[in-house]
Amino acid sequence: MSQTFIFLEHSNGKLKSGSKELLSCANNANSEIHALALGSGARNAAEEAGTFGAKVIFVNEGSEYSKYNSELFVETLASAIEQSGSKIILASSSSATRDAFPRVAAKFNAGFASDCTELNLNGDTVTARKPLYSGKCSAQVNFKNCDIKIVLMRPNQIPINDPSSGTPEVKDLQTPSIEAKVTTTEVKASDSTRPDLTEAGIVVSGGRGLQNADNFQLLSEMADTIGATVGASRAVVDAGWVPHSMQVGQTGKTVAPTLYIAAGISGAIQHLAGMSSSRVVVAINKDPEAPIFKKATYGIVGDALEILPKLTEEFKKLLA
Amino acid sequence: MNVYVCIKQVPDTESKIKLSGNGIDTSGIKWVMNPYDEFAVEEALLFKKDNPSAVVTVLCVGPKSRTVDSLRTALAMGVDNAISVDAPENLDSLQTAHALSEAIKKTGDAHIVFTGKVAIDDNQSAVSQQLANFLEIPHATVISKTAYTADSIAVDREVEGGSKEILNVKLPAVIAATKGLNNPRYASLPGIMKAKKKPITELTTTELGINTDPYVEFTDFQLPPERPSVKMIEGEVDTQVAELAKLLREEAKVL
Ligand SMILES: Cc1cc2nc3c(=O)[nH]c(=O)nc-3n(C[C@H](O)[C@H](O)[C@H](O)COP(=O)(O)OP(=O)(O)OC[C@H]3O[C@@H](n4cnc5c(N)ncnc54)[C@H](O)[C@@H]3O)c2cc1C
Repeated sequence: MSQTFIFLEHSNGKLKSGSKELLSCANNANSEIHALALGSGARNAAEEAGTFGAKVIFVNEGSEYSKYNSELFVETLASAIEQSGSKIILASSSSATRDAFPRVAAKFNAGFASDCTELNLNGDTVTARKPLYSGKCSAQVNFKNCDIKIVLMRPNQIPINDPSSGTPEVKDLQTPSIEAKVTTTEVKASDSTRPDLTEAGIVVSGGRGLQNADNFQLLSEMADTIGATVGASRAVVDAGWVPHSMQVGQTGKTVAPTLYIAAGISGAIQHLAGMSSSRVVVAINKDPEAPIFKKATYGIVGDALEILPKLTEEFKKLLA
Repeated sequence: MNVYVCIKQVPDTESKIKLSGNGIDTSGIKWVMNPYDEFAVEEALLFKKDNPSAVVTVLCVGPKSRTVDSLRTALAMGVDNAISVDAPENLDSLQTAHALSEAIKKTGDAHIVFTGKVAIDDNQSAVSQQLANFLEIPHATVISKTAYTADSIAVDREVEGGSKEILNVKLPAVIAATKGLNNPRYASLPGIMKAKKKPITELTTTELGINTDPYVEFTDFQLPPERPSVKMIEGEVDTQVAELAKLLREEAKVL
């Protein structure tokens, strides 16, 4: 029987949806699922993973895992993967997994592909699809000449199964010793409570058409109404209206929400590259010739400053 | 004191991607230095300004015939030396990292290696960490701020949702830059003229002993599906917003 190893991400013991996606995919492929959960709540996350088909779960609830540390995570992942003996390794893309897994791949002399949007498991073979050139095209990822294959998947790509009953075997994993050349001295949490752009189901983005930084407030109000995250074009990041962490595009974040609302954004090729796989796109722009309308599902020609507050009011009515 | 910068050459962000055979049509493409690598070059030059004994060497793995342009750009910005590692087009991240590590080992012990956090063509963000592994030194990625001491660096690492991790990293280390770290300079005209005359050291994957059979291979290239044409919503603003909200809920079912 084929075997798949999944690194589980959770917040306080509740599995993140990206992890549920991977569990569902491996379970549907009848692969025996091994997994790893770390940090406070890991045991609860392991129990939950059992209801998605995980059979063997390595767990370490140590407080050292409360902050990300590259050396500690790399060594811990390597130790769990070695004990599991799995050759197919999956995780969902995040700041932590993108930092750690490439190094794990180098340690094991393994094939590595990140940011994939489709995953096919078939016995011991795995293929994936990966957007290239910021989504201007995509290609199938094939692994050759290597024993261990590691795939990081973009969140929100795979349907999640309904949980069923299932009790996994939980194994305690020891904290490996590390050289501690990297120490995490502090984590400065942002004051935003909204989901990260790359995970958000709805994104509302603003560009230079919003005229000034204060008008981003109109987007925040809309975001709070519909549970969205606020994004931006590079022009307004460069103008200093909003931080770079909010930039969508080829040199910013790649987003793939179900709904993307672009207000006062012209739709330059570099911006489109970061959002064109959004399912539904709404464009609000005063210029009927703006390229963003070519990528939009719905378009309104008009003044974003007038339209945004009224649209927020409509959303409020709709969701009341 | 050796400071290295690893750069990749990628299609200009303006490039339209067309497919040809089993890959992309490279004929109309303008190749440029990966935008995040510009921050890495600038950071090395800023480091050298404060540490005049530093020798900054830029490396690029890829087909020599074109990568030489990006190496010259880095020379024009002010780096001291350039190394071209001639390699086939389809090398994967692991082999690229391996080639870089061997080239660095051949050249001299690293004090710091700067890279960009990701290459915008394959979006792997893997080479920096893998290079660090082969050099057996620590890495820190997505770095937007640095403060140096003799044997360590304090860095800000940008993570999800606008949060930051503050790290202390012992040197030598690989530091992968993101936007915000600095403002990359433009090459000056005299810089460009001087860069034309500077020698570029040429190495090959063969002489570095790199296995070039990739572990990761791309096939079945596809362009994104065409979107159906946009539905424009006409009328007075009040009607437009009401109509849009209704369409989002009832037709698109996204609210
Ligand atoms: C190497 C490189 C990388 C880049 N990477 C990115 C990237 O990652 N992301 C990115 O976004 N860009 C990127 N760019 C920049 C990109 O080329 C554009 O310059 C940028 O996206 C434009 O931002 P904008 O649409 O906000 O501004 P503009 O192009 O100035 O457009 C403003 C739009 O607002 C409209 N408008 C004006 N007033 C109103 C109003 N009152 N109501 C409604 N609409 C109004 C205008 O009609 C116009 O369409 C990159 C460029 C380069 C060279």
